[in-house]
Amino acid sequence: MSELRYLAATGSLGAGFKESSLWAGVERRPDFIGCDAGSTDGGPYSLGAGGWLHSPEATRRDLRFCLLAARRAGVPLLIGSCGGGGTDEGVDRLAAMAREIAREEGLSFRLARIYAEPDREAVVRAHAAGRLRPLVGAPEISADSIRHSARLVAMMGTEPFAHALEQGADVVLAGRASDASIYSAIPEWRGFDRGLTWHAAKIMECGSAATANRRGQDCMFCTLDASGFVIEALDPELRCTPVSVAAHTLYENGDPFHLIEPSGTLDTTEARFEALDDRRVRVTGSRFKVSPVYTLKLEGVEFAGYASLMLGSVRDPVLLGQLDSWLAGMRHQIEARLQVAFDKPIPYQLSIRAYGASGTLGAIEPTPGFEGHEALLLFDVVAPTQAAASAIMKAVNHVALHFPVPDWTGSITGLAQPYSPQVLDRGPVWRFNINHAIEVDDPLELYRFKFEEVS
Amino acid sequence: MPRLRDLASLIRSKNAGPFQLTIDVLFEDLDTFRRVAASRVLSSEQVASLYHLDPKDVRVYEFEPGRAIKVSFPRPVVSGDIFDSDVTGGQQYGPLVDLEVP
Repeated sequence: MSELRYLAATGSLGAGFKESSLWAGVERRPDFIGCDAGSTDGGPYSLGAGGWLHSPEATRRDLRFCLLAARRAGVPLLIGSCGGGGTDEGVDRLAAMAREIAREEGLSFRLARIYAEPDREAVVRAHAAGRLRPLVGAPEISADSIRHSARLVAMMGTEPFAHALEQGADVVLAGRASDASIYSAIPEWRGFDRGLTWHAAKIMECGSAATANRRGQDCMFCTLDASGFVIEALDPELRCTPVSVAAHTLYENGDPFHLIEPSGTLDTTEARFEALDDRRVRVTGSRFKVSPVYTLKLEGVEFAGYASLMLGSVRDPVLLGQLDSWLAGMRHQIEARLQVAFDKPIPYQLSIRAYGASGTLGAIEPTPGFEGHEALLLFDVVAPTQAAASAIMKAVNHVALHFPVPDWTGSITGLAQPYSPQVLDRGPVWRFNINHAIEVDDPLELYRFKFEEVS
Repeated sequence: MPRLRDLASLIRSKNAGPFQLTIDVLFEDLDTFRRVAASRVLSSEQVASLYHLDPKDVRVYEFEPGRAIKVSFPRPVVSGDIFDSDVTGGQQYGPLVDLEVP
């Protein structure tokens, strides 16, 4: 095979794309169609709660077109990180949607599901054997952290996709996957150069984000050959330039030169980006260094409690002129109140943030002093139950609303609150608790597969 | 003295995974990219000092094909942790925008 072509439907299933772009891509006879369906971008909620990343309605629209396009073209459809967090349940949810669409559209195909939640004890054993490596910023973990994670996934490489295809799958719905592995699986399987394969995949997985004049998300097309690859947008008005494609290597990656994947590292130091014309770019020179040890990135979240919030703005210059001391006094009063408000004190964590001063950057804000004519105060409480968080915040609300300053004699109301009820219950919250790579002997060993005929 | 915002075509920040923040400063042309890189206004020490970080944790890359300088460091608060203020890490670059470039 001297050339391989593929189509990325969009950067994220549910983000959308133009129908015309998708069919233009099908006309170019791709060898496969891919799409990434998950991300940690939205924080721990997707993984913890199992929610959709984009709405089910928008996801369904994109999935319908992907299935129609892949079946019309007679080529595999590969979707990774199904359901947002890439959990087993997320895979099953997207599979259920795919079966409904197949029924409605009269489509038949062999469906593979790949589950990416590994057996916990296998991960605990790996940890005990020193086979878990902390990544940048990783917290300390123990066997307990692994066992009590609410959800834990291992980001798969190319091999599980290849295995599913070897078993005759037409549509592969995978749990958590390295975004680029979705687009690297078939090229690697077909023997294309790994450096070019992985670099192309890294660019393609974001859909039309690598264009110079993007307007929203859309399809992208890649043509891979023995010595390079060409990136092209399918909307004729979108242009890729050498800089827009090179700059995309930067996006969401900590290091633009060495990008670590399960089987090794993509090295872009010698990559060259040249314009074939005013809208297509050819890339050459990307290299891949195979690692002696195969590693998979683990993502895990732990349950952190239940949250409630209250917010209110301050417009009084007298209060604003002494914001720090007013809030310090207020917090002190809140703590005292919470010691005696209930039959027994309830454990809680409280945060009071002043937007207009240091809300966005928090502790790393270089200029935290308040300047301006209004501030927004955001109060957050986390407690073991929703009822507890709500009860705490109601008490906080009452103290905050009327906390005095020396300048004003008499009762004041210090916050302008836009909502009734003032206290908003946020539900359960999670935090990422694992940021480690696990060494494995077999790239498939942590994954489970299910195959079925859909018609 | 020009400010970084006058010289850069784009300054942005984003998560590189939930535990790491990465800031990209892109330039229209090579000369401007090289000038700003040479000025060391975006060195590990400068960024660490501005953001109250340990310089050992701040990595700076000069990516010529993209005409960009990249700065990466561990997020002081992990994305989505209970009192995080910026889940996607998109608004952490503000302090760099008005930096004066010698």
